[in-house]
Amino acid sequence: MLKQIAETVALNLRSIPQRLGLSLVIVVGIAGVVGVFTALFAMSRGIEATFEASGDARNAIVMRGGSQAELNSTVNRETLQVAERTPGLRRAANGEPLASGELIVIAELPRKGGTLGANVTLRGITPHGFELRPDLKIVEGRRFSPGLLELTVGRGAANQFEGLEVGRTVRLRSADWTVVGIFESGDAFESEIFTDAATAQTAWGRPNTFSTVLVGLESPESLESFEAALKVDPRVNVEAKRQNDYYAEQTRETTRAIRFLGLVVATIMGIGAVFAALNTMYAAVSARTREIATLRAIGFRAIPVVTSVLIEAMLLALVGGLIGALLAYVLFNGMTVSTLGSGFTQLVFAFKVTPGLVRDGVLIALAIGFLGGLFPAVRAARLPVTTALRAG
Amino acid sequence: MKFLGFVWASLWRKKTRTLFTILSLVSAFLLFGLLQALSAFFTSGADFVGASRLIVQSRVSFTESLPIRLMPQIEAVPGVKAVHHDQWFGGVLDENTQTIAFASNPRQLKIVYPEWVMTDAEWEAFANTKTGAIVGRNLADKRGWKVGDKLPLKSNIFPQKDGNMAWSFDIVGIFDGKDQNWQNQTSSIYLNWAYFNEANQFGEGFAGVYAVLLDDVERANEVAQAIDKLFLNSPDETKTQSEKDFNKGFFAQIGDIGLIVKLILIAVFFTIVILTGNTMAQAVRERIPEMAVLKTIGFSNGQVTRLVLAESLVLCFVGGLLGMGLASLLMSGLSRGMPQFFGAISADAALWTQALLAMALLALAVGLPPALRAGRLRIVDALAER
Repeated sequence: MLKQIAETVALNLRSIPQRLGLSLVIVVGIAGVVGVFTALFAMSRGIEATFEASGDARNAIVMRGGSQAELNSTVNRETLQVAERTPGLRRAANGEPLASGELIVIAELPRKGGTLGANVTLRGITPHGFELRPDLKIVEGRRFSPGLLELTVGRGAANQFEGLEVGRTVRLRSADWTVVGIFESGDAFESEIFTDAATAQTAWGRPNTFSTVLVGLESPESLESFEAALKVDPRVNVEAKRQNDYYAEQTRETTRAIRFLGLVVATIMGIGAVFAALNTMYAAVSARTREIATLRAIGFRAIPVVTSVLIEAMLLALVGGLIGALLAYVLFNGMTVSTLGSGFTQLVFAFKVTPGLVRDGVLIALAIGFLGGLFPAVRAARLPVTTALRAG
Repeated sequence: MKFLGFVWASLWRKKTRTLFTILSLVSAFLLFGLLQALSAFFTSGADFVGASRLIVQSRVSFTESLPIRLMPQIEAVPGVKAVHHDQWFGGVLDENTQTIAFASNPRQLKIVYPEWVMTDAEWEAFANTKTGAIVGRNLADKRGWKVGDKLPLKSNIFPQKDGNMAWSFDIVGIFDGKDQNWQNQTSSIYLNWAYFNEANQFGEGFAGVYAVLLDDVERANEVAQAIDKLFLNSPDETKTQSEKDFNKGFFAQIGDIGLIVKLILIAVFFTIVILTGNTMAQAVRERIPEMAVLKTIGFSNGQVTRLVLAESLVLCFVGGLLGMGLASLLMSGLSRGMPQFFGAISADAALWTQALLAMALLALAVGLPPALRAGRLRIVDALAER
């Protein structure tokens, strides 16, 4: 039986070049489905990866209770001082508890090559802010100096907005700010602009207020005791979240929406591709009616015939799926785009075509190939030998 | 026209093939309809908003609140009829459901936004009830709220003076939109600003964003520049633009996602052209002897070409129209089911025009090569199946 299967499959595959045009239908159709699926999911993976990189489980964000997002939260200087004295924090290089008061405001800047403005997050941080973000590397220029109207901007923001180059000035709150450095960090902060918290407080007229306090925990497990100690303190009304949990929450809605879109598009396209595959395989079977009947007449059983048609369809589908995934990889992997992130500001992220996505794409391709091959295969096996032998 | 029956019959010569081709065309145009509507939604946003209003926001960004003390100065600008202000409240329902809620000036809202329809008694109650709030019809229906109910609203930005994030407003009115477009937008809440102003912990004076009703729409640019000039080099520099541009700017920020949707559309179409084109070519190939017979009995080359082209037209239009029909059914379902997200999505005349154009182009792209080939056939070769 296995030998029969192998022989019929080999026979089929060798005859594919004679039916090249038809076989291409399956390959192209499925390449399209898998390409679109992979691209859309690579987009949602890219957003997730950007936020995952932003969140360190050993850091915690302290926000006013019920704020949900950094931008909504307001805490005062006392909260920073209370947090610094709460046990459970690791120490900075200079021996102080690792905590940064951060003021987050939104600034509208002109986009490169456009007249419309877009929003960018401007984050004022206190000295430990850099130490809490060890991935953040200055690649051009230097850090801002406290007390001066200076900005250090993320690579993503610099690429997207007009005038964010070292040495140039931008106008914010009726003052001219100088860009003194560009940093890379491979996460959501790259879409932001950093400056000194005190300078930002003065410029925005918010003395002694921060949006959040970012703290370094001794270990991810110290969050519970740290938060419990904060919560009983009557001077503050805050909650603490691990930084990675916070960013996972922020991205959930967006990625869910993109995945939903991806699934709907891939499903409808997939249905279309199943019909196209059905067409091809029915045509393939009918072109080989006499051949199949001959096989049956000389003693080949139904199962090898069914299997051979199915395998042909699935092999073509596999080729299509791989081409689609490869196309998505070549065209999109690493491509950076920007969109509206949480808090009404621009988020820059890169598409990520992961091995898992390629695997899923190939599985979808095989499923389409199976569905498209099944009915034609059954028809091939059911051909009445005598009439089929007489077929033109 | 008289050959339509013949075209139809030859299409159904291979029933399964035609059926499957039509079905894949249906799925292509279903996608076309949905994605085009989606990308129109991204690019144009709320297009129905008139140009009769200006929005004055902080130049830094619209999330920055402008102070209330600017109001008399804006009102005094020549060409300004009335001024309203909306402070984003950061409204949250249930545990975590973000809701559009503004702390607004009740009397000015009525004047500046005549698109909201409510009885005079309700407008009066909104202005005169300290803790008054009005709710859009869609939201009220969805939540089962009626006038007299307490509004279970929290803020994720503004605590009350005692630090409590839960506010207690009373629903004193439920507003409708003046037409279907505006009715679709009635998922928001307006709160009495006066109460918000004195009860929030951050202090008084946040007006948010101003909406300016113009005397004369023609003078919009002039008035906008006059307002911005007024506050130049003050801590509260403003950026004034028409309400339409404000919305456009907001949607433009979604940015590249719209572009990606377009790329997908191109990919879908490219795929479909290749699939259908191949099927058509195959159908013609199989019938070469038949074409030769047609020519033998007196059909001209041009007629044969037109017959094959007609087949492809019928195929594409049957599939396309079915797909678009399905898409518009789905869209009307979506916009009725979730008006706050999909209210603006519909299969309008523009979309149908694009779709019909796409069907015609597709039919030409896939039909023309085999049609020309059929027209050029030499009878002798074709009959001999050479």
